[in-house]
Amino acid sequence: MATVTLSSIAKSFGPTRVLGGVDLDIADGEFLTLVGPSGCGKSTLIRIIAGLEHQDGGAVTIGGQPVDHLRPHERRVAMVFQSYALYPHMSVRQNIALPLTMSRLKLWQRLPLLRALSGQRRAVMRGIEADVAAAAAQLQLDHLLDRKPAQLSGGQRQRVALGRAMVRHPDVFLMDEPLSNLDAKLRVHMRTELAELHKRLGATFIYVTHDQVEAMTMSDRVAMMDSGTILQLGTPSQLYEKPGSLKVAQFIGSPAINLLPASVGAGGRLELFGRPMSLTVQQPQGQAMTLGVRSEALSLVQGEPAGAGRAWFSARLRRKENLGSEYILHFDLAGRDLPGVTMRTSPAQAASVAEAAEVTLGFDEAACHLFAADGERIEPRGPGVASASIVPLRA
Amino acid sequence: MSASPPLVATVSSAHSAARRFLSLVLIHGVLIAGALFMLAPFIWMLVTSIKPPAEIFSAEIALWPKQFYGVENYRFAMEKAPLLRFALNGVILCAGILVVQLLVAIPCAYALAKLDFPGRNLLFVLVLLGLCIPVQVPAMPLYIGLAQLGLLNTYFAMMVPFFLSVFAIFLFRQFFRSFPDDIINAARLDGMSEFEIVWRIVTPSAWPAIAAFAVFSIVAHWNDLYWPLIVISDAKLAPPPLGMMFFADAETGSNYGALTAAATILTAPLVLAFLIARRRFIDGITMTGVK
Repeated sequence: MATVTLSSIAKSFGPTRVLGGVDLDIADGEFLTLVGPSGCGKSTLIRIIAGLEHQDGGAVTIGGQPVDHLRPHERRVAMVFQSYALYPHMSVRQNIALPLTMSRLKLWQRLPLLRALSGQRRAVMRGIEADVAAAAAQLQLDHLLDRKPAQLSGGQRQRVALGRAMVRHPDVFLMDEPLSNLDAKLRVHMRTELAELHKRLGATFIYVTHDQVEAMTMSDRVAMMDSGTILQLGTPSQLYEKPGSLKVAQFIGSPAINLLPASVGAGGRLELFGRPMSLTVQQPQGQAMTLGVRSEALSLVQGEPAGAGRAWFSARLRRKENLGSEYILHFDLAGRDLPGVTMRTSPAQAASVAEAAEVTLGFDEAACHLFAADGERIEPRGPGVASASIVPLRA
Repeated sequence: MSASPPLVATVSSAHSAARRFLSLVLIHGVLIAGALFMLAPFIWMLVTSIKPPAEIFSAEIALWPKQFYGVENYRFAMEKAPLLRFALNGVILCAGILVVQLLVAIPCAYALAKLDFPGRNLLFVLVLLGLCIPVQVPAMPLYIGLAQLGLLNTYFAMMVPFFLSVFAIFLFRQFFRSFPDDIINAARLDGMSEFEIVWRIVTPSAWPAIAAFAVFSIVAHWNDLYWPLIVISDAKLAPPPLGMMFFADAETGSNYGALTAAATILTAPLVLAFLIARRRFIDGITMTGVK
């Protein structure tokens, strides 16, 4: 088992800078997810850890040992690829056994004809057989061992790829979007299985995905990446509840966070649609700000829209989305040239709103996120906001 | 269409069926004509090989002889010419060339397709330029070299100019480029060296391309007269075409029945080999985009 430390990893492909000095400490046995939009450098980073790609600057250490001079298989890491990368002409058994035959047999013992001369080979092969059987049993692959990858379903191939990674007991598992090629239902199922596998093996997992749901549901910590840098590193709930920048706020959470234009009024007082709120900021007057409100923080306001520490605005219902246990309501902001807002609510609440009805939506000002024009998070001061609750956002 | 009376619908559908039939007839007519054109010499060889000498030189064109003379022609060819020897030479020549071509071209193509090193594109351009050089150009220096080394009249002399096939490098490179990088990376993580990746992972998936190339290579060298004619003077080493030439000169004069019988026997292995590898050959051609 091992810690993984990245210090100022930089990488460029020609003139394109893919990674700009990434620092990351991953604890022993941690499940860390690198999440971000495609092209953000997360796959390049994991390939650098694996040794498949060489960084232009910076160092990688695994288990306290620098590994930059080591070839991929000497780093005691295993990787699961999005395309599974199974050897197409080998059976499942041969696929899973391959890393073991490579490490336990000498070159001449693997060569055709010559290998018949080796007396030990049979004993080694028996040991490998046993290990393959054990890994296959763990992943319920026993009955598929003699099939070729082409005869397997997507989920089964995924399992074989996991088996091939598990069988040599690596210190670190690297997973590059392993669930992206599965259908939605299987993906949900495999999420649970991967999380359980992580718990059972106790190894360090580094997991790359562009799907924020995978990042939120499985990880101990999430590193959100964009344009080759880590925007924010923290637990899933830290990223969700205290997004450090507009990009993080937009990426994490489904449905996506509602963004409303706000501005700074007299005395640093924040104004939403021209109405002053109880929050104040230090930004100069007239500065444009973005206010983010999660869809579950919005609620319908009946009667007089007021109350200390509560903001409100009017909207018109465009569409209801029934998810069974809850509803997602889509609203247009009446008379404003802005994207609409979404609200997550109970079926009972949703039933009280008629199609195309004009309603007033309110939210607790303490629950909103404030971002400056450059996308940085701003902590406002105001009645409902206790400054002590602010946690450091960057590790 | 749905509003029009049923009569009109049947008439127009009958009309379109007729047009489809006509276009099918036309397409197949052209294809059959092409096939006949290609097959004509081959069929003529087969027919001639079972005709008696008198009928071969008669003015009329007949697809079946009046007198079946096949047994005599084939027996004469088998008895007078060491056909098995020629065929064996052909097998040794083709197999030797093919094996070395694959051993050289596959790793080379893998490096050009999948490894990143400075000068890779320049090397590939050189390979493409190599495709443009006809075998006649280096024939003279090669002959002089072989003569000085005392290697004329050997199997090696017949094979050596063809050991390095730029066509094979080009063909396999095109094929390997579509091989998934992830699988190669997985093999690297599993501890395979680049050589093992080439032979144990990439090559097994390249069978269609190998089969396609094998057909090209074997046909070319089985039928090659030019180079063996230059370096071989010993009839015991002659591959099929050169053997046929010796046979035609020495034994038969103008016995075309026996000559075509011998030619039929010497072409048969090629035809059989192609029929066996046909499916893979076509796969290989379509998958590599070489047409």
